[in-house]
Amino acid sequence: MTEVAAIAVPRGQGLGSDARLRRRYAAERRFRLYGMGAIALAVLMLGVLLVSIVSKGYSAFVQTEIALDINFDPAVVDPDGKRDPEALANADYGKLVKTAVQSRFPDVGSREEKRKLNELISGGAQFQLRRMVAADPSLIGTTQRVWFTADDNFDMLNKGYMLRSGDEASRQLSDKQIAWFDALAADGRVRKAFNTTFFTAGDSREPEQAGVWGAVVGTILTMLVTLSMTLPVGVATAIYLEEFAPRNRWTDLIEVNINNLAAVPSIVYGLLGLAVFLGFFGLPRSAPLVGGMVLALIVLPTIIIAGRSALKAVPPSIREAALGVGASPLQVVFHHVLPLATPGILTGTIIGMAHALGESAPLLMIGMVAFIVDIPHGVTDPATVLPVQIFLWADSAERAFVERTSAAIMVLLAVLMAMNALAVILRRRFERRW
Amino acid sequence: MSAETAVPQEPGRPPPASGFKIAAQDVNVHYGEKHALRHVSIDIRPREVTAFIGPSGCGKSTFLRCLNRMNDVIESCRVSGSITIDGENIYDAAIDVVQLRARVGMVFQKPNPFPKSIYDNVAYGPRIHGLAAGKAELDAVVHTSLERAGLWMEVKDRLRQPGTGLSGGQQQRLCIARAIAVSPEVILMDEPCSALDPIATAKVEELMDDLRTNYTIIIVTHSMQQAARVSQRTAFFHLGDLVEYGDTEQIFTRPQDERTQGYITGRFG
Repeated sequence: MTEVAAIAVPRGQGLGSDARLRRRYAAERRFRLYGMGAIALAVLMLGVLLVSIVSKGYSAFVQTEIALDINFDPAVVDPDGKRDPEALANADYGKLVKTAVQSRFPDVGSREEKRKLNELISGGAQFQLRRMVAADPSLIGTTQRVWFTADDNFDMLNKGYMLRSGDEASRQLSDKQIAWFDALAADGRVRKAFNTTFFTAGDSREPEQAGVWGAVVGTILTMLVTLSMTLPVGVATAIYLEEFAPRNRWTDLIEVNINNLAAVPSIVYGLLGLAVFLGFFGLPRSAPLVGGMVLALIVLPTIIIAGRSALKAVPPSIREAALGVGASPLQVVFHHVLPLATPGILTGTIIGMAHALGESAPLLMIGMVAFIVDIPHGVTDPATVLPVQIFLWADSAERAFVERTSAAIMVLLAVLMAMNALAVILRRRFERRW
Repeated sequence: MSAETAVPQEPGRPPPASGFKIAAQDVNVHYGEKHALRHVSIDIRPREVTAFIGPSGCGKSTFLRCLNRMNDVIESCRVSGSITIDGENIYDAAIDVVQLRARVGMVFQKPNPFPKSIYDNVAYGPRIHGLAAGKAELDAVVHTSLERAGLWMEVKDRLRQPGTGLSGGQQQRLCIARAIAVSPEVILMDEPCSALDPIATAKVEELMDDLRTNYTIIIVTHSMQQAARVSQRTAFFHLGDLVEYGDTEQIFTRPQDERTQGYITGRFG
């Protein structure tokens, strides 16, 4: 008992009165505040970013449409009267549109004014009529009210982005054009409808006809190429380095180099792809195949590093247990270690793929920045990807591309979120099995 | 048991009487520069429990892991000397390590069931070694293994549930069942009870006594009481040397070496 008394706290420095203790608690509170402050700042910035993108881009999901009474004049559509599909396809549907507009505003006389009047309707209107007639030839000879996509400038006017007053010469739309549009609106011939074109079309010089679908398909094809190249190679490398390779100078060298490669600027990989895949192997330009291969080079170090740390995290006792019952090293890896490391490997893969999804610089180098209207059908077709599409639209002059740029960013974020959700689902599944 | 005729004998030591299961001659283990085990020669009898005791770092676990070549996994580890099981040198180039580990099972310090179902834990060994043809045979192997490990009654209704959900003592008996399932001749146990409570320990000790009728068991333990309770023969290791080896009763009542005396009376260790 005497020994215990000797080490007891001296009187006067009892519990709670200790200044050092108070300082410790104060430091703890301070640290917690720093942490909360950091998170608040991050959330604020994310919020500003999202609000800015959504507020600029949400209007791109609706499109102004204008209704016209189209007379499917047999003299224009089918002058021979044979209903020959070939002839129907080659008819001048643009004339039908022009006639309809001009009959609505009969007092417009001069050539210049008629040209301005025709600008009301998107240039895609004639193709819409051609599709209608091809689907239903009995329309010929009738008069129908048809909703057409408005030209992008009138779309902007309807959405309130166009100046209505001020110096007429510096405005996109003249006073007369605005008056025509307002007259149509007063007739109930103007409406806003869901912009399906944006989700189904490829790129276009006309904003009202431009869509992200081409870029989405290009992105999916590119990502598939990247995934199918990096996952097997990356996982095999990680397994070999972590489980089988002897620890010596060579493997140290390889490890250092893999870590360095993860930090190489992506444009350098783009130049490499340009020189090797296009220059030396002569693979097609602007193709998702080459884009995917270049992105695979960029993602590979990330997947290897993530895979190795996932394998390293599997407790050694599992390896010992499997070896102890006589499993061969390969069986140890494939029956026990790899399944346990799969969630970690998947997470690393998704992080790498998300990185690749947002990459644009290396793809510029291999020509995926080209203006491509058609939807790609395979990995060798010319294509573009979402980040490059955003870059192209952000660079375009038309006011209507501003909202489409933000809308495309939203689509990109949605694709990213879908990928992350997929990763979470896959992880859950793999984890539940154990 | 085959005779140890092929084993070269160290001069000065009596040749082992015929009927030893394991014979080690002049085994040395180095971890890099460190000489972890020095000139260990020991003969282990079949169907007995042999205990290795000694203070931490004395080399008893190292030696145990030599017996199924688990030290091969450690890169800096070098083993010299000869260890024979039934007269076959297990460090011979012609020996298949995977087959050896099926013959010499191992139970580890911390229960380490696979994160799979109880059934799959036990069935894994027979599956990879092709020991059971068909589902019915495998079921029978799993049943007898769990029964021998004294776990059948406790888990028979939950074979499909994960082995990691069992209590610590049950997990360790599951690991024993897993080792038994591949029909080994020798079972090595590396401090199997150090993570268990006294009741679970008692069950595992009881189990060892039962298993002795079929298997040669070697156990490394820190508990001298445990060594005294379960083993027939005891070896005392100290600083990499095998100091003394003999009948358990003799080691604990009439130790020949003063280091053994000091350890079992608790003066150091």
